Amino acid sequence: MTQYYVIRAADASKGSHMAGWATSMLRRLLPVATGLVLLAIWWIAHAAGAFPVGTVPAPDEVAAAFRKELVSGRLADHVVASLYRVAWGYVLGALAAIPLGLVIGRSAGTRAALLPWINFFRTLSPIAWLPFAVIWFGLGDPPAMFILFLATFFQLVLATAAAAGSVPRVYYRVAEDLGFGRAETLVRVTLPAVMPQLVTALRVAVGVGWMVVVAAEMLGPQSGLGFLIIDARNGLRMDLVVVAMITIGAIGIVLDVVFARLARVPMLRWGFER
Amino acid sequence: MTAAATTTAANAAAANADVVLDLRGVGFAYGAVTVIDGLDLEVRRGELVVCVGPSGCGKTTLLGLLGGHLAPTRGTLIRAGASRTIYQDGGLFPWLTVRENVALGLPRGLPPDDARRKVDDWLDLTHLTDFSGHYPHQLSGGMRQRVELGRALAAETDVLLMDEPFSALDYQTRMRMRRELASTLVARQRTVVFVTHDIEEAVMLGDRIIVLGARPTRVRRELHLPTARPRQPADPGVAEAEQTIMEELGLTA
Repeated sequence: MTQYYVIRAADASKGSHMAGWATSMLRRLLPVATGLVLLAIWWIAHAAGAFPVGTVPAPDEVAAAFRKELVSGRLADHVVASLYRVAWGYVLGALAAIPLGLVIGRSAGTRAALLPWINFFRTLSPIAWLPFAVIWFGLGDPPAMFILFLATFFQLVLATAAAAGSVPRVYYRVAEDLGFGRAETLVRVTLPAVMPQLVTALRVAVGVGWMVVVAAEMLGPQSGLGFLIIDARNGLRMDLVVVAMITIGAIGIVLDVVFARLARVPMLRWGFER
Repeated sequence: MTAAATTTAANAAAANADVVLDLRGVGFAYGAVTVIDGLDLEVRRGELVVCVGPSGCGKTTLLGLLGGHLAPTRGTLIRAGASRTIYQDGGLFPWLTVRENVALGLPRGLPPDDARRKVDDWLDLTHLTDFSGHYPHQLSGGMRQRVELGRALAAETDVLLMDEPFSALDYQTRMRMRRELASTLVARQRTVVFVTHDIEEAVMLGDRIIVLGARPTRVRRELHLPTARPRQPADPGVAEAEQTIMEELGLTA
């Protein structure tokens, strides 16, 4: 017996447009709903006395602390301090890493000499440098920036080198035909060819940097979100600890979204749409 | 290139200004594997020479040698002037628009106004004016190959090397591209070495067809087709030429 499959054209006149709109609204509301569920679990667990007294604050206590810190401007100061350190360490790290990565990716000799050591330092947690950072750079911003530099530099060298090593050979033949010299080839062929992968690596690196700064601020500086966590714990202010954690997570997401947008630049889209 | 090689090239050009590419006993080996073994070939100005041979016979290596991207491991190769190569696929810079890719091909140091006008001309000739702002990944395979052609022609160098430029295209697009290539070459004459595994393509396009044998590559047979290109399958001599090539390649029962 033959089974017949009847596939009808979708009726565009009714429903489908509305359905698309409704689906996209639902997609946007779903994460909010998940957040509310998590909040409810937290609230219920707290109300039921699941946590020993003084260990985990109630959501309303955290909200109150959040409002107070926000109004006083203290939270903004900590955020700015952390972002400032990340920005310097990250930008300097990227500026140093990208040219070196391009050269390592294109030159077998340099690669052989440096790559194992870049890898060694990349797997070494940047926090391990804290004692030296303090000895060399004293207190305040510089040691944290140094650690952020290390956190960014090694992973970006590696990512750039890997991308530069996998640029199709045909581009270099075309560059030869066009009469490009070595430097011109690096800037006009290798660099744009690695940009999509580089943008992805920069996005990962900023996330790592944002994680590392919190740890780096737990020793040394008297400001920043990492300091806020340690300071609040020392004062047994667990509500402030949670305020800092929520702020760190939220800013992390904002940074990620901003960097994800970079992938939409027309000049880069080829790397993400193929 | 060494000074000695340049001098030789100058002497050769003086000896016969009509010969654009001159290969004498050219050989190439990747380590112990000889890919090309003692190849002799002369290409004259304005000629369209098609090299046809089985896959893996060193056609691409031959173009690498002709384009100066590879140095022969023995023999001498003389090329009068610069060359541009058109690749099968993926030779365009994906981060540049169609217009920017074609502009990249122009001779360097043109005044901006001249450059703009020339790019417009090439875009027009390759029917890409409406797509000048598109990026390669937004184009069909046939359009991308037209951009490649435009960029290579924009150089105004005499020698065009084409490495199976239409092989990645569907049959109908390939037929259309052959016609367009032929008409473009009427408008802007170039010396072309065209490499393909497609016998039909060879017979439709070539003034001269070089049949290459399996590795190590040598010239097995040379065919001259004096009629105007592109040819149609029913044109005089076409079927016979196809038959001859098939026989040379051992494809007839």
